[in-house]
Amino acid sequence: MAESLVDIISMLLLLGGGLFAVIGGIGLLRFPDVYTRLHAGSITDTLAPLLIVSGLVLQSGFSLLTFKLLLILLFLLFTTPTASHATARAAMIAGIKPVGGEKTGDKGASSSNT
Amino acid sequence: MTFVLLVTILAIFTTMGLALWRAIQGPSFYDTIVGVNAFGTKTVLLIALITYFTGHADLIDVALVYALINFLAVVAVLKLVRQRDLAAGGEKGDG
Repeated sequence: MAESLVDIISMLLLLGGGLFAVIGGIGLLRFPDVYTRLHAGSITDTLAPLLIVSGLVLQSGFSLLTFKLLLILLFLLFTTPTASHATARAAMIAGIKPVGGEKTGDKGASSSNT
Repeated sequence: MTFVLLVTILAIFTTMGLALWRAIQGPSFYDTIVGVNAFGTKTVLLIALITYFTGHADLIDVALVYALINFLAVVAVLKLVRQRDLAAGGEKGDG
């Protein structure tokens, strides 16, 4: 009974990870801007490995496979936000303006004028 | 359990297809980098899932090495495009 409960939790984690991955892919395709695409891709790139690796770790107890999976998870949790930040910073330095940034700039200028 | 693993693998494949489409048709260079980064992360997950799906425990080493290579490749390509030189040091090239 306890094993089946672990299996059910593992299945839910795996399916949740797959769902978040697909949502991130759709966001990556449909958002209008580099920064918004990076937003969709980066967050789901952090969340989907967390869920999927957790679901896979529940499948194999204490073993070398689990240790290597946790090593992969630790490395992905460090490097994915770093790569996203480097991409956003490089795009900002290259002079790509965010969509909608002009509107908020106008608003700030008008409010500062009044 | 095998069915759930298969469904997750297909979801990861779908995401990889969407990321690859964004990388191919991305208007700017940075869209390509965003797509390639997501593609690489999903590749690591796909190899980990295939490890459990087929039962070959050795494949997890491939996923580990791919996770290392993916990050280094993205950072190296960003630096190469920005400074035109992988051996350039620091932030001098910002200008």
